[in-house]
Amino acid sequence: MVRKRVRFTFEGDLVKDPVIWQMGRDFAVVTNIRMADVEERYGWVILEVDGEPDEIDRAIAWAETKGVRVDPITGDVVEG
Amino acid sequence: MSYMTALHCRECGREYEPGPLHVCEFCFGPLEVTYDYDGMRGKVTRKRIESGPPTMWRYIDLLPIAGDDPIEMGTGFTPLLRAENLGRELGLDELYLKNDCVNPTWSFKDRVVGVAATRARELGFTTLACASTGNLANSVSAHAAKAGMDAIVFIPSDLEQSKILGSAIYAPTLVAVNGSYDDVNRLCSELAGRYPWAFVNINVRPYYAEGSKTLGYEVAEQLGWQAPDHCVVPMASGSLYTKIWKGLTELHRLGLIDEPHTRMSGAQAEGCSPIATAWMGGTMNIRPQRPNTIAKSLAIGNPADGYYALKTMQETNGAAAAVSDDEVVEGMKLLARTEGIFAETAGGVTIAALKRLVQSGVIRRGERTVVFITGAGLKTPDAVMGRLAASLDIEATVESFEAAKREVDARVSAAPATA
Ligand SMILES: Cc1ncc(COP(=O)(O)O)c(C=O)c1O
Ligand SMILES: [Zn+2]
Repeated sequence: MVRKRVRFTFEGDLVKDPVIWQMGRDFAVVTNIRMADVEERYGWVILEVDGEPDEIDRAIAWAETKGVRVDPITGDVVEG
Repeated sequence: MSYMTALHCRECGREYEPGPLHVCEFCFGPLEVTYDYDGMRGKVTRKRIESGPPTMWRYIDLLPIAGDDPIEMGTGFTPLLRAENLGRELGLDELYLKNDCVNPTWSFKDRVVGVAATRARELGFTTLACASTGNLANSVSAHAAKAGMDAIVFIPSDLEQSKILGSAIYAPTLVAVNGSYDDVNRLCSELAGRYPWAFVNINVRPYYAEGSKTLGYEVAEQLGWQAPDHCVVPMASGSLYTKIWKGLTELHRLGLIDEPHTRMSGAQAEGCSPIATAWMGGTMNIRPQRPNTIAKSLAIGNPADGYYALKTMQETNGAAAAVSDDEVVEGMKLLARTEGIFAETAGGVTIAALKRLVQSGVIRRGERTVVFITGAGLKTPDAVMGRLAASLDIEATVESFEAAKREVDARVSAAPATA
């Protein structure tokens, strides 16, 4: 079991979809929302995801296919 | 003498030992170095600084290292040049350029990496790491070489050969990651938690970021211990921008300069402008972008310090400008033509933003303005290749030369005069 912290960003109609709930239902991961700021058409959530590493990767890859932007919580680390 | 006492969270204030940590365990806020400013007062004086080396390490007392043995590569104390030609062209009475192209690896990154590498060595690390598409990798590789440390540098596999060269020459371990930019980003965030390496802008970021303060110190010292009226700074993560302001406020706190009323303005390229876009939209909520600009050294779509940059902009009555790629190229050419400085695309962004801010009346004619030129032009030759005047191609005869010259003279006298 490992814990991964990520930032999910939602834009537009995606804000209304229960993506995090669905992720916890369909994958063997436990999600914990640590911070969030959600407006009508834009929002971000800092999420802790617990589970086996491969399962976490699968869950996050699935969230991305739903249109969620997934970033490390520290912002971009690749610099010019 | 070191005055660093701890790290603290910028959001909740919780304190931490000054180790290899960068985010608060409780609220995920970024960590920042705590100093004993009271202890500095009266000890860190103008005289003490002025008698130091002609490098960034003359400000060692204000930097987050414990010992007195920095990795000295001759970084910093770069020229502050009066830019009369460019000032005249833009309509500014007192314009200065801080020319940070002349650092050991030709960008300001040597300042941040100098501090990160020195602190990493103090903390017992033997390997320096980073994820980079250019400047950062160059500087990390060079510092590791100088300090006898190992370097491991992660790059996207589609990076141009010319960019790889600037790191490869120092013989780091280069890891070309087959994947998107986001893949490289995520991979390196994870590796930082897994391997005993100092990722300069991840696990030792609080120290790293402090290196940029030296640009603020230098400008004030070079202006005769005075803060400028206006600064124009390129922004990627927004760290450099916020730290120049921090440097000025610290000097005031120590009584070394009068209270600064400097207006801090930031420059981004339109194709990657999350901070400028938030500023112009009047929101503190930064929306990550997918970068698409020739100014690759500024192409950070999800800037770690964006929020703090916006706060500084608000606090200092500054502004932000986002400029097109065409303006970037024109900015590079304008700087070279008027002041003889060949800067990389980040410099083009900054000059173009300066021009915009003057034209829109944000920067006023009489403001003593300092523009930060943070990287050298030979790093990004492709940006201007094909956009410069071609050579005169002639035979090795006087006639051939004079025929070509007549043609040029005719063209010049037919062209409209420019200032
Ligand atoms: C040449 C150059 N100028 C400015 C910056 C801006 O740095 P920051 O991320 O601190 O905003 C960078 C790097 O990211 C850079 O490479
Ligand atoms: Zn905190």
